[in-house]
Amino acid sequence: MDMSKEAGRGAVWLAALTAGGAAAEGYGATVRVVDARLGGERARYIAVVRDAGNPFPRVRNGEVGLLEGWSIARAVREVIAADAAAPVKRPLVAVIDVTSQAYGRREEAYGIHQALAAAVAAYADARLAGHPVIGLIVGKAMSGALLAHGYQANRLIALDDAGVMVHAMGKAAAARVTLRSVEELERLAATIPPMAYDIGSFATLGLLWRLLPVERPGAPGGADLDRVETCLVEALADIRADPARDLAGRLQQPTRRMSKLVRERLRATWRED
Amino acid sequence: MNTEELLRRKSFIELGARERARTLLDAGSMRELIGPFERMASPWLAQQGIVTQADDGVVVAKGRIDGAPAVVLAIEGAFQGGSMGEVGGAKIAGALELAAEDNRRGIPTRAVIVFETGGVRLQEANLGLAAIAEIQAAIVDLRRYRPVVGITAGTVGCFGGMSIAAGLCSYLIVTREARLGLNGPAVIEQEAGIDEYDARDRPFIWSLTGGEQRYRSKLADAYVEDDAEAIRDTVCAALRAGLPAHHRSDRHEAFLACLAAVDPAHQARPETVRALYEKGL
Repeated sequence: MDMSKEAGRGAVWLAALTAGGAAAEGYGATVRVVDARLGGERARYIAVVRDAGNPFPRVRNGEVGLLEGWSIARAVREVIAADAAAPVKRPLVAVIDVTSQAYGRREEAYGIHQALAAAVAAYADARLAGHPVIGLIVGKAMSGALLAHGYQANRLIALDDAGVMVHAMGKAAAARVTLRSVEELERLAATIPPMAYDIGSFATLGLLWRLLPVERPGAPGGADLDRVETCLVEALADIRADPARDLAGRLQQPTRRMSKLVRERLRATWRED
Repeated sequence: MNTEELLRRKSFIELGARERARTLLDAGSMRELIGPFERMASPWLAQQGIVTQADDGVVVAKGRIDGAPAVVLAIEGAFQGGSMGEVGGAKIAGALELAAEDNRRGIPTRAVIVFETGGVRLQEANLGLAAIAEIQAAIVDLRRYRPVVGITAGTVGCFGGMSIAAGLCSYLIVTREARLGLNGPAVIEQEAGIDEYDARDRPFIWSLTGGEQRYRSKLADAYVEDDAEAIRDTVCAALRAGLPAHHRSDRHEAFLACLAAVDPAHQARPETVRALYEKGL
């Protein structure tokens, strides 16, 4: 059965990956936090999911809003605190299917930017503290929502599927802001990789650790689930073997030549005073 | 402010990014890295027939503040709305990474970021977003050692992914002319409708996201006049104060407790937000 239409892909992948795990209590309907195994280890999985009846009207389609940002921060910081004295830090897996940040008056008024900053800081602090953080993109990963939920991960994995998308803004809005037609935007996106909306083009930017083919991205099971679980375990091992806790691994592709060059120039001239 | 003070005052808002950086650093100490003569412009704008700028709209200025090492990262709001592309974003992220590295080696470099930005540059979309994630990672790293001070003075304000970066700063300084919010008014109106957010109603926008409201609802730490000296003094005071006991971004318990008292059935009003956060934070 394809449950992804109602609950969203984030919810179904979270459920599939954490079968037999324990849902953490005290979180609202939109943030699911489950403690389950990853390989032989205990791990914490976090997903933002749809809630059609959410009291916040702008957070009914899987958006990341005020409570979502602060709750992600709480879920991550609980793990950081619990493992403060542990020699080996528990892994965190962000299961990512987020349509966007929430666009609304309540959100701006109560400081959604600060709520998203809380989630960013929590994931980044976890990574810096030595928790392996893995982002698994199973659906949409848009803009501020991705910044808050996943983009601070040591390693990013995405399903290779037309329903998987990473971008800064939806096509219609992006066309309007840049004073172009949607057709013009699509024409440019075909030749300029950072503007493209498909996950294959995104993969050429070097920001993903793996792009994984799956048969049925909306209904995880069988070989698909095995492949994703194996990949998560490999990512965990790769992070544990890597002494670096930063995001420098994302700078290796030719499409990011300038990102690297700028850093080299800064380093070369940094210490003259 | 009396007339004499007004005449003596030097506006910060009217300064470009380079002069803003110079104003914040100790006199004569500024040294620009990857300045405009290195001509590191955006490769992506050129491909789209859009005029580039030799510094890509970001000034990296090393020097001293209060006699101690500092780096100022100033975004030029007049170029492409202060948007973050690959090069400008890498200048900020790379400088913050080096500042953190300095601290690990015992050099107490502090950072000040002047936010004048609409967020991701959509012509460089995913590379702008990636750069912002790297800027955020670097702020969180650096603020483990030394305060990172953010300023948003106006008139562009601070939006998009960079408003999240501002929310990571140890201290945030705003003026009356600043606005701070995740989503630009026009985008909210388009996504949610004019009843939700009327982008042309400027008093409404300022009442929710303006510098004074952000300060009074404790989402900013200092509210200053548009006076270069006053802003500089406020930056010095923040740096002297050292790290805050808790960064604002780490106060999920207090914020969640506040938000639990919000009834989402009612639309938000500026005075309600102030009252809630004044009491709960």
